[in-house]
Amino acid sequence: MRLFKNLSQFIKPIISVLFGLGLGLLVTQIAGEDPWNVLGILVRGAFGSKYDFGMTLFYTTPLIFTGLSVAFAFHSGLFNIGAEGQLVMGALAVAAAGIHFQSLPSFVAPFLGILVAVIGGGIWGAIPGWLRARRGSHEVINTIMLNFIAAGLASWVTLYLLKNPDSQNPETAAVAPQYLIGQFSFFEGAPVSMALFLALAAVGVVWFILWKTVLGFEIRAVGQNEAAARAAGIDAAKMRMIAMAIAGALAGMVGIGEVLGNADRFRVNFSPGYGFTGIAVALLARNRPFAIIASALLFGALHKGATDLDLETENVTRDLALILQALVILSVSADGIWGWLGERSRVRNKKQWVNSSLKSEIGESQN
Amino acid sequence: MTPAIEFKKLNKSFQGVQANVDISFKVKKGSIHAIIGENGAGKSTAMKILYGTYPPDRGEIWIHGKLWGGRMKPWSSPLDAIRCGIGMVHQHFMLSAPHTALDNILLGVETSHPFFSFLPKPLRPISREHARAKLDRIADQYGLKVDWAAKVETLSVGIQQRIEILKLLYRDAEILILDEPTAVLTPQETSELFVQLKRLCQLGKTVIIITHKLKEVMSIADDVTVFRAGRVVSECNIAATSIEDLATLMVGRKVKLQAEAPPPPLTKESVLHVNGVSLSSRGGLKNLNFEVKSGEIVGISGVEGNGQAELLQILLHPRDYSAIMTGSVNILGKNTARLSTEQVKELGVGVIPDDRLRDGLLLDRPVQDNFLLGLQRRKPFSRNGILSYKQLSQEVTRAIEEYDIRPPLLEAQARGLSGGNQQKIVIAREFKYSPKFLIASQPTRGVDVGAIEFIHKRILRARQEGSGVLLISSELDEILALSDRILVMFDGKILAEFKRGEATEKALGLRMGGAPS
Ligand SMILES: Nc1ncnc2c1ncn2[C@@H]1O[C@H](COP(=O)(O)OP(=O)(O)OP(=O)(O)O)[C@@H](O)[C@H]1O
Ligand SMILES: [Mg+2]
Repeated sequence: MRLFKNLSQFIKPIISVLFGLGLGLLVTQIAGEDPWNVLGILVRGAFGSKYDFGMTLFYTTPLIFTGLSVAFAFHSGLFNIGAEGQLVMGALAVAAAGIHFQSLPSFVAPFLGILVAVIGGGIWGAIPGWLRARRGSHEVINTIMLNFIAAGLASWVTLYLLKNPDSQNPETAAVAPQYLIGQFSFFEGAPVSMALFLALAAVGVVWFILWKTVLGFEIRAVGQNEAAARAAGIDAAKMRMIAMAIAGALAGMVGIGEVLGNADRFRVNFSPGYGFTGIAVALLARNRPFAIIASALLFGALHKGATDLDLETENVTRDLALILQALVILSVSADGIWGWLGERSRVRNKKQWVNSSLKSEIGESQN
Repeated sequence: MTPAIEFKKLNKSFQGVQANVDISFKVKKGSIHAIIGENGAGKSTAMKILYGTYPPDRGEIWIHGKLWGGRMKPWSSPLDAIRCGIGMVHQHFMLSAPHTALDNILLGVETSHPFFSFLPKPLRPISREHARAKLDRIADQYGLKVDWAAKVETLSVGIQQRIEILKLLYRDAEILILDEPTAVLTPQETSELFVQLKRLCQLGKTVIIITHKLKEVMSIADDVTVFRAGRVVSECNIAATSIEDLATLMVGRKVKLQAEAPPPPLTKESVLHVNGVSLSSRGGLKNLNFEVKSGEIVGISGVEGNGQAELLQILLHPRDYSAIMTGSVNILGKNTARLSTEQVKELGVGVIPDDRLRDGLLLDRPVQDNFLLGLQRRKPFSRNGILSYKQLSQEVTRAIEEYDIRPPLLEAQARGLSGGNQQKIVIAREFKYSPKFLIASQPTRGVDVGAIEFIHKRILRARQEGSGVLLISSELDEILALSDRILVMFDGKILAEFKRGEATEKALGLRMGGAPS
């Protein structure tokens, strides 16, 4: 019974995802493409070669971080729409450290990079956490506004404080080389770095915090029933602040892979919306840490696979990835359907119910 | 005469828990039919099936001689139930607080002037006059007076309940199901409700009432059906039974209905000292002075809404109230003005909140997590911030056994437990570390006689072991049976004090209503 329940826990979302993808591919039929062809392009684009797979993993890595960030905040009952701003601040902090402390020995430099990414993002997450806890202002509005502030701040710092003098692009100077973390040559040039393993480790750590520690228990208690948590002596405001700081730190770690593992500098607008896609990743994974790996991989693959659509098809563009994302989320969210299907099959099994339109009959018996 | 309702071999199980097993009984038309039984016996489940909330696994219900159900569907929904004249007042009222009484009654069955019938339904302006006329007629006929224009949030629970009943009558309900309607009512409100219910029956309606209060069963019901462990164990006429018989039938053993308090231990230290406390917010407290000593049970009796909730809040969350409160509170010898809730609880304070769903439980979490809530920082449940689930499941298994929590599953969701079993989780948890000061607010609300006996025993044992207990209850029997001293609270003040044995039900009732001595 238990086993069956666990099994259906896995199978239901997979069926939902497949259903959503199928629906999306049918849309391409309307647009005048062969769905099988489009599917082929998507799969080849995402997994066709070592390089393609590497690029998929490269997109997956930040999505694991932002997915964890959104999920973590959600467990405390907060909706973190600010992962985008938090990851910008994390990346900016890494670049600033890498440029500023040029002479750090190479065995500490990458660790300093990781630390400042965590701190940069963490502070940016803690601000709305603090505002919510102490001032009662809603985190959705504050995190959205902080996204704009982060973007503006990053542009300003990049162009006025850390500008790369040799480039016309809006980017900072390069970080000192001892900071960089290596890329795996296996992927034939795709920028897959140690950041991927950091992300996987973060999944484990988040799972451990949420389910095995007192802190996680208290955070989840606040997220489930604030009144009961408070009555039990849990400081709800403090828990929310901590949860948002950790959520921010997780998003900030996106900066490690980007700055130290890929571009070796901070580039304005480097993120194609990882923070927002993170919301979808968390939603699909139902905020469960290990499921986030699979869900980030799905969205990473969609993102990578869809880039080839521009070239290889006449009628659909890479924006198909967005449609597919949306349909997957919708079909996964339509949870009630399982109950409904269950009910339907039960009906068919129970023909014993006699037809009786009760309303009219009771009406008659009373008249 | 065909019965109004006949249950035939109804079965229902939830995830392996048999909530109803071969339930069969009849309800006579025009009678008041009581359903009693232990917590988790399946009373609410049977009634929810009748109301169409969910279908049974097997079995039939016949209403006025017709099989309940539809053509294609094996079962019907509450909407169909309403159309067929079945109405239900749930244990937790389903009213919209910011709306007026009238609008709450009309909700879903709004009428409009025929002139507007060309508009789609949601766009038609509501015509309240027509509805009012019908409602006035119903209110007159059944003696249910309500101020239609009053907002629900300003009305007492007694009136709110009246609105719930009017809602059913307005929808032409012939059969009214009331799930524990008196759990939150004062004695006066309860007797008013009963007068109204009797009137309803005289006018041909059928009433099914679920309750844990056997006195009420004896005073109002015509027939009674006793549930135990999902089965009907007895069906009898009220004339042929007694409170003791019913209690024995329910629990399956003899129950002491009135707790007997042994003489209190010698009392020494003060565990709570409330010193000139005033609170200026809504309801408020006015210069409150009293003390609770170790080894003593102090009962606060009073109609709900006379400051009890505020008192509980300032005891539990002193820091949040320090700005708007005057006077001082000492718990176990410590001034609490600057203490957080956590620090208060660390002093050795246990709390049984009156609204367990809001303040006591994480409904979507398993029993064991609910047991852990508030204990998570203590050994052996955690070490250095890491939880020990092994210890937890051992402790919870023990607690489930000691407190007879059903179903005995660590992983059962709190939401699926019956009210009494939910309450037992809270109590098991709060007693885990023998609190030196226990605040028990309505500790037996909605629990069965067996559980009441158990909870009362547990509270008395705590007192014997030297705990000081502040008991807040609107249940006179409970206050009288347990309290060493009784304080009557009215309008934020202590209006009177009685020692054990001095108070009578009548005197208390009068003072609760605010009568001067
Ligand atoms: N939605 C549900 N999911 C799982 N189990 C449920 C659900 N509803 C009821 N149960 C189980 O069914 C049994 C009967 O519950 P029910 O609510 O009918 O009891 P009751 O007689 O109304 O008790 P009480 O007097 O405490 O209200 C209980 O063991 C309960 O745990
Ligand atoms: Mg019930």
